Amino acid sequence: MEPFQNVSSIVTPLDKVNIDTDQIIPKQFLKLVQKSGFGKFVFFNWRFDEKENPVSDFVLNDSAYDNSQILVTGDNFGCGSSREHAVWALQDYGFSVIIAPSFADIFYSNCFKNGILPISLDQKITEQLLAESNPIQINLEKQIIKTSTQEIPFEIDSHKKKILLEGLDDIAQTFQHIDKIAEFEKNSTVPSVL
Amino acid sequence: MQLVVYSSTNLIQIKMSETLFEKVWKSHVIVEKESGPSLIYIDRHLVHEVTSPQAFDGLRMNNRQVRRPDLTIATMDHNVPTSDRSLPILDQTSAVQIQTLEKNCKDFGITLFDINSPNQGIVHVIGPQLGITLPGSTIVCGDSHTSTHGAFGALALGIGTSDVEHVLASQSMWLEKPKPFEIKVEGKIKNPHAVTAKDIVLSIIKNIGTGGGTGTVIEYTGQGISDLSMEQRMTICNMSIEAGARAGMIAPDEKTFDYLRDRKYTPKNYESLVEQWRDTLKTDSDAKFEKEFVLDINDIAPQVSWGTNPGMTCDVTDNIPTPDEYSNGDENQKKGAQKALDYMDLKSGTAIEDIKINRVFIGSCTNARLEDLIEASKVVNGQKVSSDVSAMVVPGSQMVKKQAEELGLDKIFINANFEWREAGCSMCLGMNPDILSPGDRCASTSNRNFEGRQGTGGRTHLVSPVMAAAAAINGHFVDVRKLDLK
Repeated sequence: MEPFQNVSSIVTPLDKVNIDTDQIIPKQFLKLVQKSGFGKFVFFNWRFDEKENPVSDFVLNDSAYDNSQILVTGDNFGCGSSREHAVWALQDYGFSVIIAPSFADIFYSNCFKNGILPISLDQKITEQLLAESNPIQINLEKQIIKTSTQEIPFEIDSHKKKILLEGLDDIAQTFQHIDKIAEFEKNSTVPSVL
Repeated sequence: MQLVVYSSTNLIQIKMSETLFEKVWKSHVIVEKESGPSLIYIDRHLVHEVTSPQAFDGLRMNNRQVRRPDLTIATMDHNVPTSDRSLPILDQTSAVQIQTLEKNCKDFGITLFDINSPNQGIVHVIGPQLGITLPGSTIVCGDSHTSTHGAFGALALGIGTSDVEHVLASQSMWLEKPKPFEIKVEGKIKNPHAVTAKDIVLSIIKNIGTGGGTGTVIEYTGQGISDLSMEQRMTICNMSIEAGARAGMIAPDEKTFDYLRDRKYTPKNYESLVEQWRDTLKTDSDAKFEKEFVLDINDIAPQVSWGTNPGMTCDVTDNIPTPDEYSNGDENQKKGAQKALDYMDLKSGTAIEDIKINRVFIGSCTNARLEDLIEASKVVNGQKVSSDVSAMVVPGSQMVKKQAEELGLDKIFINANFEWREAGCSMCLGMNPDILSPGDRCASTSNRNFEGRQGTGGRTHLVSPVMAAAAAINGHFVDVRKLDLK
């Protein structure tokens, strides 16, 4: 995984609560066996009508946001299915930061496995960011969001921060504990399936 | 208060009162740090075709093996066709995904129940049926409805593909400890053939909201839960994720132990395990939950969802609420409700019983077990599906299908003009050819009514199997309490 870089970009405002992973990446695109190439399908059913023409009033179809790397959205983002394809699609489309008042647990966890930074902020501040038209800066090291008018601190678990900043491979980290895993297995009373 | 209890390693320990979740958690921690996630051991890993190919690729790229193939079981369920299995799969991308799982299981030595296996079925239906699911164990699968297995007192978690790879490689996973949340279901349903586990869990989600369980593991307690059969308890735990919870659990009792006895993969030392579970797998009487909610079910009605998330649900006897009534003054929820009504093409004030449907789906990991089909068949018996409706039954597993056919249920459904299909996830998420067309309105026993979930432009109403069956016969929703079901 690539280490997380500081981001400076305008925000893409997607003002809706409870956006589920079925909307982020509809099921007809879950059949690929690679991790790449999902970006063109992100929010497909909102971006395109039944004839696959772009829906003009959907924010991702506004060329002003073409180079945005920051998605700002509503409460409980990423609820529903555990499909990591949702994160792969957002990332492949170009987002590296997602800001919302809250995230669904599995989606939140999936972000860190792929180098995406999910930031959970107070509802009022999120609403201010939804209306922010100037570029904003995200500094993960300092845990600060800088807008044209204010500096907004954000919380993140230190372990998760380290994973993003160093681009750590989770499995390699875990293998440092391989002796403990083996010891646990030796004492476990749960039998094999077969 | 201090108690003496046994941990899974058989050591006698002195410790504080704990919830069921905390006990199962504690007995699986491998590495614990002062803050941040713990490394927990995984006893059972269930694998399916959609969320695993990239995980196996990751293993290959890094030259890693599957650590414990003997704790890993695979099946194909999400995109398998439910029509004639002797025909080739027409959708090439589905066929590739299925072949990829076959190759991955072969290469890495994993037991696979493929499309021709009598054990094939929805992963959360076959786990318990085969005795793979065990009380007090940790179970993961790259599917959010893994919470189903919590009905047996397991800690069962849905995970993303990166974690699938992690568990394949290390049989363990990093996880922040969720908070314990008690949902106490009190009282007694007057007619349990008409008001079901599905109505209980939809009532819960309606009350606590789709984010109400975020960051928690729910333990369902109370007489309303202990009265339920194992299959009904699975329906409850299955939809924990729809309340945003990391998992749902129910303490095992004699019904649990009876259900798992003599299954194909029930452990040889099962009775001694039962002795241990009976003593340990329950929440101590004075243990503390971080959050609590009580639902009284004495008078609950059959539930019908009207919107585009499972919290947008009301009684069958209600009218569709206005966005204001639904949102209680929350502007964002109000906007969401208006958008949902637009998508669903429904008007506030319409009586639920006046909503006409043209499709019915009885299936999914929520409601496609034998009892679900038995109860639905009682509504259907001797009747015909309304001429405006196309209806299908998709058993949760090939075993469920076989058992149902031995009881003659297939004939009851077929004579009523239902389609009787092979097992799979089917129209719960429409990855196979079973999908709604734009504008279709479906009474569905599945778990999610998200926009386009069952097919682009399709409209889903979540209901119980008996409610779906009654809607199929009548062409609109009806209160099944009027049907005198026994």
